[in-house]
Amino acid sequence: MVELVAEKHVQYVISVEKKKDSFESVVMEHLRMNGAYWGLTTLDLLGKLQVVDQDEVISWVMQCQHESGGFGGNIGHDPHILYTLSAVQVLALFDKIQILDVSKVTNYVVGLQNEDGSFSGDMWGEVDTRFSYIAICCLSLLHQLDKIDVEKAVNYIVRCKNLDGGFGCTPGGESHAGQIFCCVGALAITGSLHHVDKDLLGWWLCERQVKSGGLNGRPEKLPDVCYSWWVLSSLIMIDRVHWIDKEKLAKFILDCQDLEKGGISDRPDDAVDVFHTYFGVAGLSLLEYPGVKAVDPAYALPVDVVNKILISSS
Amino acid sequence: MDSDDEQTIPLSQRPEWADVKPVPQDDGPNPVVPIAYTDEFRETMDYFRAVYLSDEHSSRSLQLTSEAINLNAGNYTVWHFRRLILESLNADLHEELDFVENIAKKNSKNYQIWHHRRWLAEKLGPDAAFREIEFTKKILSLDAKNYHAWSHRQWVLKTLGGWEDELEYCNQLLRDDIFNNSAWNQRHFVVTRSPLLGGLDAMRDSEVDYTIEAIITYPENESSWRYLRGLYKNDLKSWVNDPRVSSVCLKILSTKTRCIFALSTLLDLICHGFQPSPEYEEAVNALPLQRSDVGPSSSSLAETICSVLEAIDPLRGNYWNWRKEQLPALVT
Repeated sequence: MVELVAEKHVQYVISVEKKKDSFESVVMEHLRMNGAYWGLTTLDLLGKLQVVDQDEVISWVMQCQHESGGFGGNIGHDPHILYTLSAVQVLALFDKIQILDVSKVTNYVVGLQNEDGSFSGDMWGEVDTRFSYIAICCLSLLHQLDKIDVEKAVNYIVRCKNLDGGFGCTPGGESHAGQIFCCVGALAITGSLHHVDKDLLGWWLCERQVKSGGLNGRPEKLPDVCYSWWVLSSLIMIDRVHWIDKEKLAKFILDCQDLEKGGISDRPDDAVDVFHTYFGVAGLSLLEYPGVKAVDPAYALPVDVVNKILISSS
Repeated sequence: MDSDDEQTIPLSQRPEWADVKPVPQDDGPNPVVPIAYTDEFRETMDYFRAVYLSDEHSSRSLQLTSEAINLNAGNYTVWHFRRLILESLNADLHEELDFVENIAKKNSKNYQIWHHRRWLAEKLGPDAAFREIEFTKKILSLDAKNYHAWSHRQWVLKTLGGWEDELEYCNQLLRDDIFNNSAWNQRHFVVTRSPLLGGLDAMRDSEVDYTIEAIITYPENESSWRYLRGLYKNDLKSWVNDPRVSSVCLKILSTKTRCIFALSTLLDLICHGFQPSPEYEEAVNALPLQRSDVGPSSSSLAETICSVLEAIDPLRGNYWNWRKEQLPALVT
């Protein structure tokens, strides 16, 4: 089996946003905060976070904060809950959450909860269970979960449960591994996993593994490295990860590496990007691959980072 | 990013923009990750920043957001500002639908487009239902599993209506591809939520017939089997006692097809009290397998099924093994 070329991935992540590849930089510009989270978490999981200048990163992150308390995807961009969680996660990696005005960020997130318990992504009101997860994860990292109506938030997620045990983006929406991660993650963080039909969902999730060993996100779709994260983390949270063939999955992820230049792609022989590099490394972490730090399946941050935060409150 | 854009006149050379001072991107001091932008993108965004910061809601700002969106349809700040301008100018939202439709052709998996579309449809109200149903149909004709399109379509049906032909639309998509899980999900959505069909109770009987036919055509279809099970939601007893469910398992297994879903459905039925006649055992025993894979012949039918599943579906071997360990005492 091919091995993890960790050092090459570190070099790739460091170089990725400096690349003079105009198309990639144009399409990434507005979501640079997500890119920072994917890249920096990859570095931390590989034990190489110290290669970046944390003061510069933190100063940039803080410049992306809007007066409302939310963060934009880059300096000068409007705030959105997607980038607010990434900003909090990046600060968490550097153990710098304390520099935040916690009540300001909290107010922003709390203000996005709707009457039915769901969350909007920003002032324009798009509703999606992704945003429920983000709000819950973000507030939990800030020790402010008690500031929202958790029961209503949980009930909304439960309304998105389907006959196959999975979850969709809104009630009636098709089950999708990415949405399932969000819903199961939110239920895990709020101590509400009893709402999940674990055996039924576990079977649906392990049906996502295809012959190549890779995982897809819905029936009859192609496997993709990103589902190594969405499916695997969900299976771990509901304690059913032994139902898939872990060795075959690890091989699939390792086969998606660019062995020369570093980085991981969606499928073998495709072009690499920082998004799939993160999900590949995080997937290997969940598979307990040697040399990769353990990642928390609900918070999507290294376990030592999460422990430090959660223990600091109690 | 199409080639037409390269021929446009730079903003700095257009008279209508002469009074605006572009505002360059601030990547922070010593940017950690300095970004290389194309010249055209940089200039457009510099002018965009200028009108955004001065909050200029004008038709030239609207035109500028069109150009910025053409360069990067993912930039949500541009879309947000565009909505503010449309509101201030009291613009014709039908024209805006055309604009979105053009962008969507190239970027049908972009969250911003769909969110913008929803905002428009919400403003236009029930009269927009038909056009939105047709719009999603067009996108789904290119990719029948586009999650955004399905999500928008469900929102339109729930909020604006347009249910009349929805079941027939599901039929059509499933005729094109019986494995399309999105279409099966939509079918469940229509059958359980359409105000015109009387709900699941009224629809179950005909839906069971439809699904069984689909299963017989392609037994290795995860979606149709799960749909069949979902038709008996909260009514286990009817599921176990409906002879159509058990006999479709028997029918498929009798053809010596090693069908995972037929076996697992039969297993579930037995676990919930179904009493299989000897034919079922004969069909399972006649499946083409290495006898050594399935253990001693003295085991119960439920145990044999688990062993067969473990042998024919090794990726999920641990799951089937766990199912065997969990078998209720009654069936072992």
